[in-house]
Amino acid sequence: MSPALRTEGLGKAFTLHLQGGVRIPVVGGVDLAVHPGECVALWGPSGAGKSTLMRCLYGNYGAGAGRILLRHRDAEFDLAAATPQQVIAARRETLGYVSQFLRVIPRVATRDIVAEPLIARGMSREDAATRATALLHRLNLPERLHALPPATFSGGEQQRVNLARGFAPHYPVLLLDEPTASLDTANRAVVIGLIREAKAQGSAIIGIFHDSEVREAVADRLYDVHPHQDAA
Amino acid sequence: MIEQGYNFAYLDEATKRMIRRAILKAVAIPGHQIPFGAREMPLPYGWGTGGIQVTASILGPADVLKVIDQGADDTTNAISIRRFFTRVAGVATTESTAEATIVQTRHRIPERALREDQVIVYQVPQPEPLFKLEPRRAETERLHALADYGLMHVRLYEDIARLGHIAKAYDYPVMVNGRYLMSPSPIPAFDNPKMHRMAALQLFGAGREKRIYAIPPYTDVRSLDFEDHPFRPIRAPHACALCGSTESYLDEVVTDDAGGRMFVCSDTDYCGERQASAAQEAAE
Amino acid sequence: MTAPLLTAEGLNLRFGSIPALVDVSIDISAGEVVAIVGESGSGKTTLLRVLSGMMAPDAGTVRWLGDDLHAMGEAARRRLMRTDWGFVHQNPRDGLRLNVSAGGNVGERLMAVGARHYGDIRAQAIEWLKRVEVDAARIDDLPRTFSGGMQQRLQIARTLVTRPRLVFMDEPTGGLDVSVQARLLDLIRGLSRELGLAVLIVTHDIAAARLLADRMLVMRRGEVVEQGLTDRVLDDPQHPYTQLLVSSVLAA
Repeated sequence: MSPALRTEGLGKAFTLHLQGGVRIPVVGGVDLAVHPGECVALWGPSGAGKSTLMRCLYGNYGAGAGRILLRHRDAEFDLAAATPQQVIAARRETLGYVSQFLRVIPRVATRDIVAEPLIARGMSREDAATRATALLHRLNLPERLHALPPATFSGGEQQRVNLARGFAPHYPVLLLDEPTASLDTANRAVVIGLIREAKAQGSAIIGIFHDSEVREAVADRLYDVHPHQDAA
Repeated sequence: MIEQGYNFAYLDEATKRMIRRAILKAVAIPGHQIPFGAREMPLPYGWGTGGIQVTASILGPADVLKVIDQGADDTTNAISIRRFFTRVAGVATTESTAEATIVQTRHRIPERALREDQVIVYQVPQPEPLFKLEPRRAETERLHALADYGLMHVRLYEDIARLGHIAKAYDYPVMVNGRYLMSPSPIPAFDNPKMHRMAALQLFGAGREKRIYAIPPYTDVRSLDFEDHPFRPIRAPHACALCGSTESYLDEVVTDDAGGRMFVCSDTDYCGERQASAAQEAAE
Repeated sequence: MTAPLLTAEGLNLRFGSIPALVDVSIDISAGEVVAIVGESGSGKTTLLRVLSGMMAPDAGTVRWLGDDLHAMGEAARRRLMRTDWGFVHQNPRDGLRLNVSAGGNVGERLMAVGARHYGDIRAQAIEWLKRVEVDAARIDDLPRTFSGGMQQRLQIARTLVTRPRLVFMDEPTGGLDVSVQARLLDLIRGLSRELGLAVLIVTHDIAAARLLADRMLVMRRGEVVEQGLTDRVLDDPQHPYTQLLVSSVLAA
């Protein structure tokens, strides 16, 4: 079976014009492949560029070199060279991302935030709300919070809203950037369950897991990310 | 006889020619306002300077002129305009709608249907139907050019929303030939249907605003309305106290200081004719 | 991929010695929200005016569904403006008739395109007032009795009632309280998604643009210095000016 996502010689460097144009290489020569039903954990010391790589895979950072080949609508296409419209379509249908931060329009109810990507994929409002509610419950977010905007929630609560939003649509490829960072043991177990279910349903998952317990529970293999000296 | 020192019908020939050109253009584009170089006339604006200039330009020595004001032939304004043309053109005048070849009017259309060999000239204070909604002249011209008349309907919508019906009782806007929105001049909405496919040529003159427009014979003239709030001509629900007509437009006349009042035809010629024929029938 | 609705190429415009637009190219497709950001005087409002046909460029073309906008004549452009297009002004007073009731304001565009059934017009006006969360009981009230946020929502209802395909917005949240802005952003985004509406929005509020826009163009002195996916432009800016702009904003 062909990979759901693979990279060829992916590299990224930043040029900081405000600091005299200094160029900072972060990652380079990344050849990574993840298959449906598989979970790959990015592995490496702090500052190795794991989050940067993750953001490149999502298209949030532009790739400096190489290709990012994503299986989307039964064909493989290069996300690194895609138009913004193509990236948006890929994110709507194929590529999910759970970051460490929740960034949403203020004053929108939590349930609607979780339901939004479902509605964008064509689900009815009622079904989307039902699924959103079920996921929020599963992540132990009390019902009374569902109708409130998450701005005043604690870090852990916001993280769970983010997780619900990311897991709701069953993306074929899911990127997880420290999904359990601010969660307690009970909720970590819920997330482990969600990841295992997603794998069983055929999702390909790439994650950064600082928590070794979670990593060992879900990752099929590790991918080493090195700090790169002369990256692209 | 024409009074010494005046050209026929007061205006000089070059001015009349200029006005006739504007009239021809107006006839060619029914309902569209044509600018013209209105002259100072020996009466103030608002007394019919536009209508008089149009009448003067189309008048010939053989014409018979009728002038009405609020439907009546015997008001000050009607009498002085008739006297004016008697003095400066020497034409015959009449109070009979049937006998007239040109009818100059303010505020009414005669009850008797006009014929192909007649012309009706309306005195117009404000030719722009969108004036109250859009004060910029350049903008209203653009709206006419693009037939962008949603605004006028907004006005009618507002009436229905506030009052339950369209409140405009006079100067009720019409669409001419399915193209131009037009002010019919301050005639009662009751008279609007008479404009539709009228046999006579209809000319409109606005002296202060310097505009001429026209409706050629047998042209479609529709009063604006909504499908579920159709246009309805309004008339006082009475019979004329003098001739008994239940079809003509009525004026309410206060008869004494004790609140006495009566309703009579506003068209004095029509009312007089009906009274005469009733008297004749009674005599026979 | 579907063809863009609006395409502009090589737009140039000068005001005397000041370059207002320098080789600007842009396109927008159905269902997209595209933000044009930049400081005051960067040319973003001028670009909006040229794209919407209100102003002609010195050079370059704007095409609507393939037809040259500035060659099609004013009548055709005005028809677009009351059918396929909408324009939401920064100041609702520029986009509303303050002496006409809320219902009349919403109904005007319907009547302009030929609606002649009072009951239907009113029913649609009520439906749209509800949609933008204005109490339907206020349908006969004058907009001047509305708050700024309500006026702006009324302007949006008035613009969207004829189901345009593209809406131009010039700083639509500019004069509003922060909390009201958020409701409005959510409303605009929801309507765009729901109706497949393309929205071209000019703003200097980068935080708002991040939440609302799929794509972003950064303008400076009449030039588009950077454009692309909104979150990429903001998180991985390439141009020195964009890096400066992003670093100057609190938590964008």
